[in-house]
Amino acid sequence: MKKIIFGIAFIIFFSFLIVSAINMRTFGEPTISQMDDYFIKNAQSETGANNVVTSIVFDYRGFDTLGEATVLFTAVVGLVALFRGVKK
Amino acid sequence: MKEMSRIVKTVTNFVYGFIIVFGFYIIAHGHLTPGGGFQGGAVVGSAFALLLVSYGSLNSKKFLEKDIFSLFEGFGLILFIVLGFSGLGITFFYNFLANSGGWFGNAAVIGVNPGDMNTGGVIPLMNIAVGLEVLSAFGVIIITMARGAEFTKKKENS
Amino acid sequence: MIGNLPYVAVVMFVGLGIYTLMFKRNLIKIAIGICLIENGVNLFLITLGYRKGAIAPIYTQAPSGQAMVLPTPQALTLTSIVIGIATTALILSVAMMIYKHYGTLDTEKVRRLRG
Repeated sequence: MKKIIFGIAFIIFFSFLIVSAINMRTFGEPTISQMDDYFIKNAQSETGANNVVTSIVFDYRGFDTLGEATVLFTAVVGLVALFRGVKK
Repeated sequence: MKEMSRIVKTVTNFVYGFIIVFGFYIIAHGHLTPGGGFQGGAVVGSAFALLLVSYGSLNSKKFLEKDIFSLFEGFGLILFIVLGFSGLGITFFYNFLANSGGWFGNAAVIGVNPGDMNTGGVIPLMNIAVGLEVLSAFGVIIITMARGAEFTKKKENS
Repeated sequence: MIGNLPYVAVVMFVGLGIYTLMFKRNLIKIAIGICLIENGVNLFLITLGYRKGAIAPIYTQAPSGQAMVLPTPQALTLTSIVIGIATTALILSVAMMIYKHYGTLDTEKVRRLRG
């Protein structure tokens, strides 16, 4: 009985996803791109790096990279604390 | 886990040095070619996984220790935070070495050019800090989970 | 509809991940389902920023005079991949500890809240 309800709910949800994927905007034509045009035009003169993606990750949006480095460090600390009882 | 055959161990002895050098090349040239800190750290981490799989987790206690990796991980994160605070005269995370005359301070040629290593400002130093952190995080995760798998195995024939 | 094929591929990833999460009972299969959903979302972020006939956003030895792909979704996907690594490592080690404590990995049998 529970399996039938789960099955019907999954089929309805999956059909919503398929219909919205077919009706999205055409692949390959972004509609709003003013921030990225500014980044492509001015990244070389302001930061001095040839790689635009690296200058976004470390210079224009360095705060997100700080958050991500902290998440990775915290996950490793939690994992070592979980295996504390292992004797050699 | 048990160790692999002699052919696998011989090829591993030959190949793991090249993988580590290639990973450090990707980390160091992060501001000129595709790559950077995270991608290069993942490549070096896969070299450690290769060593652990081909030698077994009992034999690899001699050359893969958890304490050195743990030390490097904390050192990498502290270096990243210090580099963020050192531009605090104007704002947090300010690129205070770009287009100045000092270390990594050349101005890049506008348009298509073969890259100059001396450009980039504070970005190559941040690449090295994040790469150090990611490769030691991979080492600690792999070693801890392998030792833990020995511990949680059911007693089979005893 | 053939032009929207990358978006249909993303929906296949997410749909398979949700099916595994709802209908399977082994803990390792549930961890694989979570990993599938995360990878589907990463693929969706990258395919949002594509321009037809453009090259990668790097100036070193690029063919001159061509348009470039949007670089911001690629920067966001880098962060998301690393967070996916942290999540998968933690859920697999919690599964190892459950196996050591209960002797089985079936979610119908590990129902007691107090050990």
